[in-house]
Amino acid sequence: MKAKAAGFTVGKTNSTLPKSPTGIQGLDEITGGGLPKGRPTLIAGAAGCGKTLLGMEFLVRGATEFGEPGVFMAFEETGKELVANVRSLGFDLNKLVAQKKIALDHVRVERSEIEETGEYDLEGLFIRLEHAVKSVGAKRVVLDTVETLFAGLPNQLIIRAELRRLFAWLKERGLTAIITGERGGAEGTLTRHGLEEYVADCVIVLDHRVDEQMSTRRLRVVKYRGSMHGTNEYPFLIGEHGISVMPVTSMKLDHEVTSQRISSGIARLDEMLGGKGFYRGSSVLVSGSPGCGKTSVAAHFADATCRRGERCLMFAYEESPSQVLRNMRSIGIDLEQWVRKGLLQIHATRPTLYGLEMHLVTMHDLVVKFRPTVVIVDPISNLTVRNDETELKPTLMRLIDSLKTRHVTALFTSLTTGGSSLEESQVGVSSLMDTWLLLRNMENNGEKTRTFYILKSRGMAHSNQVREFVMTGKGVDLLDVYVGANAVLTGTARVAQEGRERAEAALRQREHTRKLRQLSRKRKAIEAQIAALQADVEAEEDEIKSSVSEDSLQQKAVAADRRQMTQLRGGAR
Amino acid sequence: MAKVSTKTGLEALEEAAAKQGTERYVLRLYITGMTPRSTLAVENIRKICEEHLQGRYDLEVVDIYKQPTLAEGEQIIAAPTLIRKLPLPLRRFIGDMSNTDRILLGLDLRTKAK
Repeated sequence: MKAKAAGFTVGKTNSTLPKSPTGIQGLDEITGGGLPKGRPTLIAGAAGCGKTLLGMEFLVRGATEFGEPGVFMAFEETGKELVANVRSLGFDLNKLVAQKKIALDHVRVERSEIEETGEYDLEGLFIRLEHAVKSVGAKRVVLDTVETLFAGLPNQLIIRAELRRLFAWLKERGLTAIITGERGGAEGTLTRHGLEEYVADCVIVLDHRVDEQMSTRRLRVVKYRGSMHGTNEYPFLIGEHGISVMPVTSMKLDHEVTSQRISSGIARLDEMLGGKGFYRGSSVLVSGSPGCGKTSVAAHFADATCRRGERCLMFAYEESPSQVLRNMRSIGIDLEQWVRKGLLQIHATRPTLYGLEMHLVTMHDLVVKFRPTVVIVDPISNLTVRNDETELKPTLMRLIDSLKTRHVTALFTSLTTGGSSLEESQVGVSSLMDTWLLLRNMENNGEKTRTFYILKSRGMAHSNQVREFVMTGKGVDLLDVYVGANAVLTGTARVAQEGRERAEAALRQREHTRKLRQLSRKRKAIEAQIAALQADVEAEEDEIKSSVSEDSLQQKAVAADRRQMTQLRGGAR
Repeated sequence: MAKVSTKTGLEALEEAAAKQGTERYVLRLYITGMTPRSTLAVENIRKICEEHLQGRYDLEVVDIYKQPTLAEGEQIIAAPTLIRKLPLPLRRFIGDMSNTDRILLGLDLRTKAK
C-alpha cells in the first residue's frame, strides 16, 4: 500500500499502536499507517479548510477499501447537502448508505427553540450515535463538528462533561473517530472551544493560507501519541479524487539506488558522462541563461526515453504542449510521435496558477497516475514567482525525494538571470542535484555562441572539458572548442582560427617543398661537379698511363741501341 | 434579544388570554429509561399539566432507549427533552422540568400562574 513508503520503517516496526488506514493519499505516509485505531482524532482548521471532506473521505475509503463501515454525524450540514458536496469528489454516498456501509445523521441544534428547565445530559446524542453505529456495524465515526453544541446549548459545563463522556464512550467501543473542530479562540488553543483537551491521541491541523496571492492548503500532524509521525506542514490538494497530501519527505535519506545508466539522448553528452549517460533515478539540473538550449537538451532526453519505450512526463511552465512540439521539430526532434503513442505526456500550466506547493502536489499526483520513468520540469525557476529559493528548496527536495524512491530520473531546467554568477544563483537547489549541466552564452566577436560543460556529476567519471553547443537541424551537437595557446575560441572565431591555422599549415607545406626542391637541385649540381671531376681524373690517369708506357718503350729502345752499339764495337775487346 | 422575547411573550399572552381554556396542548416528553432525572421530569411535567392544562392536554412519554429512531427523527440531543407539538410554534424544553416558571412561560401559560 501507499503507507509503506520509505522513511517510516522504523516507526512502523517499533510501533505497537494499531492504526486505521485512511486511504487518503499521503496522509497514511505521514502518520505511518493511518489514524490511531479505536481512538478519536481531532481535525482542527478554519472554515473552508477541508475538514468535512477529510472526514468524509476517511469514511468512504474505510467503507469501500478497508471494509470498515462508518457513521457520519453532521452538526452543520444536512444529509442531502453532504451527499451533494462529496459527489464532486466521485463519492456516491447515497449508494453507500443504501448498502448500509455508511450511516448519516444530521444533528440540528437550534438555540432559539430550546428552553433550559433544569438538569439534563446529552444522552439523546449518545443514543442516536449508538443506533447509527449499530445499524451499519460501524468501525469509524466522524463528528462534524461537535462544537456547534456550544452554540446551541446554554450550559457549557454540561457540554464539556458530556463531551468527555462521549470520547470515553467512543474509545470504549473501539471506534476510530474523527472529530472536527473550528480553528480560533484564545491564543494557544487549536480549536475555539478547546476540544484538543478531550482528544489527546492525535491532532491534525488543516490550514488554508494565502501567500503572495497564492492560496495553499496545508496539513500538519501536531500530535500523535505513541507513534512517530512527520511534523512538517504538508501541502494538500482537494482534487477530483479526493484529498491528496503532498508526498512526504522521507525522514531519512535511504532510498535505494541503481547503477543502471540511461542515455541522455545526446551521444556526445553520454560520452562526456563516462560514456553511458545519467544514472537511473538521479536528478539532473540543466541551467543556463535565456535561449541557451535548455529545453532542447530536455527534449533530447525525452526523445531518448520514449525511444527506449519508457514513459516520460514533461511539465512545461513556459510553453504550451503544441508549442513545445513545434519548436522541437525545428531541431529535428519529433516528439509528437511519442505523444501519440502515449509514451510522452506534456503537462503545461501557468506557473502563476497556484503556489509552488500546489504545483508539487499536482506533479506528484500525475507522477503517481502516469508512472513515468523520466520526469522533466521546464523550468523550475518559473515555479516561484518571487524566485524565493528558501521556499523552493524544501519543496523541491520533497519532489526529488519522492521521485527517487520511485526510481524516476528527473531533469530540471533552470533559468539563470543574466548578470549574477551562474553558480552562485543556483546554490540553493544545486546541492540536491546529482548531475549539473551548465549552458552558457558567450558573446565574442559580435556573435553569440553557446558553451556547455558538466559542472558536476556524482558517482561517475565525467569530462571536464568545455564543449561548444550547436543546434542543428538534426538536433543538438557538442563540438570540441578551440583550445589554443592564447584563448578558448568558439563559433566563427573558432572557425576563423581554424582557417588561419589551415592557411599557415599550407604555407609551411609550400615552404617545405620548395626547400626540398632546392636541395635536390643542389644535389644534382654537386653530382654533376663530381662527374666532371671524375672525368678529369680519368683523363689524367689516361695521360699518365700513356706517358709511362712511352717511357718504358723509350727505355727499351735505349737498351736495344746500347746492345747494338756494343756488338758493333766488338773489337774493342 | 430580551426585548424581542418579551414582545412575543406579550403577544402570546394576549393570544393565550383570547383562547384561554380552549386550546389543546400536545406535548411529548423524551426520556432515557428510568434514570432519576427521567422520573423527576415525568413527575414535574405531569404536575404542571394537571395544574395548568387540566383536561386539554395530551402528554406522551417516549423512552428513546426503546425507540432510538424517534430520537433521530425528532432531533433529540439532550435528555430529558419536552417538545411542544401543539400549539405551534414548536418549542423544546430540556432538563428535568424543575424550573416551572420557565416551562409556563414557554408554554404560554404564564397568565394563569398569576
